[in-house]
Amino acid sequence: MEKVLMKGNEALAEAAMRAGCKCFFGYPITPQTEISAYLAKNMAKRGGVFLQAESEVAAINMVLGAAAAGVRAMTSSSSPGISLKSEGVSYIAASDLPCVIVNVQRGGPGLGGIQPSQSDYFQATKALGHGDFQMIVYAPASVQETIDMTYLAFDMADKYRMPVMILSDGLLGQMMEPVVFPNVDVQIPDKPWACSGHQNKRPHNIINSLYLQPDVLERSVNERFERYELIKQSCTMAETDFCEDAEIVVAAFGASARVAKSAVNAVRAKGIKAGLFRPQTLFPFPVEQLNKACGKAKVVLSVEMNKGQMVEDLRLALNCRLPVEFFGRHGGIIPSVKEVLAQIEQIHERIE
Amino acid sequence: MLTEIIISGFGGQGALFAGKCLAYGAMMKDVEISWLPSYGPEMRGGTANCSVCLSDEPIGSPLVTEPDILIAMNDPSVEKFINSVKSGGKVFVDSSLASTEIARKDIEVYRLPASQLAEEKKLGGMGNIVLLGKVIRECGKMLFGIDGKTLLDAFAKIIPAKRAALIEKNVAALILGEKY
Amino acid sequence: MSVVFDKPHALCDVATHYCPGCTHGIIHRLVAEVIDELDIEGKTVGVCPVGCSVMAYDYFNCDMIEAPHGRAPAVATGVKRAKPEAVVFTYQGDGDLAAIGTCETVHAAARGENITIIFVNNTIYGMTGGQMAPTTIPGQITQTTPYGREPAVQGFPLKVCEMLAEVDGVALAQRVSVDSVPHIRDAKNAIRKAFDNQIHKRGFSIVEVLSTCPTNWGLSPEQSMERVRTEMIPYFPLGVFKDVAVWTESK
Repeated sequence: MEKVLMKGNEALAEAAMRAGCKCFFGYPITPQTEISAYLAKNMAKRGGVFLQAESEVAAINMVLGAAAAGVRAMTSSSSPGISLKSEGVSYIAASDLPCVIVNVQRGGPGLGGIQPSQSDYFQATKALGHGDFQMIVYAPASVQETIDMTYLAFDMADKYRMPVMILSDGLLGQMMEPVVFPNVDVQIPDKPWACSGHQNKRPHNIINSLYLQPDVLERSVNERFERYELIKQSCTMAETDFCEDAEIVVAAFGASARVAKSAVNAVRAKGIKAGLFRPQTLFPFPVEQLNKACGKAKVVLSVEMNKGQMVEDLRLALNCRLPVEFFGRHGGIIPSVKEVLAQIEQIHERIE
Repeated sequence: MLTEIIISGFGGQGALFAGKCLAYGAMMKDVEISWLPSYGPEMRGGTANCSVCLSDEPIGSPLVTEPDILIAMNDPSVEKFINSVKSGGKVFVDSSLASTEIARKDIEVYRLPASQLAEEKKLGGMGNIVLLGKVIRECGKMLFGIDGKTLLDAFAKIIPAKRAALIEKNVAALILGEKY
Repeated sequence: MSVVFDKPHALCDVATHYCPGCTHGIIHRLVAEVIDELDIEGKTVGVCPVGCSVMAYDYFNCDMIEAPHGRAPAVATGVKRAKPEAVVFTYQGDGDLAAIGTCETVHAAARGENITIIFVNNTIYGMTGGQMAPTTIPGQITQTTPYGREPAVQGFPLKVCEMLAEVDGVALAQRVSVDSVPHIRDAKNAIRKAFDNQIHKRGFSIVEVLSTCPTNWGLSPEQSMERVRTEMIPYFPLGVFKDVAVWTESK
């Protein structure tokens, strides 16, 4: 298979088409625009639908409609745009519809900035919308992983009938790396629940999120949470580097994990026992993998491009048995390897 | 080994394109690479730069803060990045557009009037590739053996067939720099 | 014994939750009759709004989707683009279509989205207990305009069909009423045309149906019908505001 050099955003768009995405609805916003531009150019040629919606709100609801009709559908945006989609995401989750939502994060809050950020961790993992629901959240850290996770996202969305988010950022979206598109035979499951006309062959299907009877609503939410339990047991993913003997475990996801990795490599060369723990799924959080990675750890250092949003999950996953420290830059600033390295060295001096 | 490069200039000068050529060349040599552009609200005329990392191992941070090689295509680029270049690093300046004095003695500075050279040969706007030619000649090892031949292949990959005439021009510009 | 009157097949055999005297029942029936007559139930997908007709998914026998408030035209767009062979309609009230969903409505119209919209205008928010709607008439008393809608304060009602008639993608914009037998007959013809337009790929069709809300108007069903005639129709005149099919034929 041929290696090609691609931007993260374009690679994601190409992967979506190859993964059987039939409909894309989006609205222009930096730094995700290449996804829309790439699909606008290619979707129709390959028998799919690209439609620029009048708003982020309309885009996510078009996704709801297409997903309800039984096709693989996707939307993408960047932070402020994702906030606008939150209503639709809640309805999609509550209607048990599969879809993929891409967030190429930029600095926030408010209009924020357009440079890379990871400040939508809480939004993605805790509450992208009202009500009790979750999404699977993938956090790629390279262009190749963006591709692989795009395929996975569509499969998981269909398997568990739920929205799946790919939490990218401006750095991963804009950078180019050599990639290979896997040669996979995409299997799209039958969707007997879909609303595309009953053809006089079955009773009518209803896709709905309204349950006026409290006990019925409770049951529907409970059923969904049982699915989340299955997901927690089988879908967590994490990468570890040098954790076997690590006294300092640096935890980082997505783009900041790239910086953390360079810093860990650099301190290892100086004889400091540091390791890298990189959650690839943010929901479900890889609790077991983290505990395993922290077998010899004395301190965990979370490195993020935000104000420390993953720290809570790390503490919870470790049941507070280890101190979790934080270093981050935000507002669109990417932490430098030097800065992270200095943090690790400082911790090292303290615990020695 | 890791070689970190920053290419910087005005928007439209082709800093990003030059980086892309290098990245493509590296990919064809099976070197690990990353290319990261600066992006901002200025579509044209603002400053544009990109970080290119070449390595024989998977690349960590794709953002270059201390380049081994700096290609500066205007004065603001020299001013912005000159102090971040690693000691012993190499700096390539388009002297037809940048005249800022460089006081550092711990780096090697190559000045060539790249834009002017291109202009004289009717290769207007290809100062970026002229500079790249010079870089190829001076940085052989740091570039993991990427040479003129590799870049010729890269041009053929990057430039769409319907604009094939551009390939010839890029090749001419590259040779111009290599021979300077 | 021959059957002379029956429930349309496209209507489910269930009791609805609508208040006595509300004209949703008539409008549901007209839509269902048209679906039956065009023999399209098997390929029809309906999209319900938020509002009184939120549970219309339980009343129509075709596949049904419940949309977020105001988003039915966007949801319908998604269905139609994914499955162009399906016949897609939305059924929306005035608050849903002309307040919170104005943007989705206007842009679906501008795109000439090949869908059918049944717009039920009763000049009030019924489901939430009778607040001012985007179509509440000046002087009309509601829970949130207790002294009557005052244009200087609350502005003017939106005349949706007149507005959409100016939009290029619209194939049909017609306002009808169900207050009398002749009007009901006209209403059904308009609804049939709106579905027929979709089948013939003519673009966006909207039928605005003036409707009643005896409960929140505080009127009897009969008085409510009278109000449609004396207050609503003068403000929201019935008629065809745009009909591309007629225009094409006459050309």
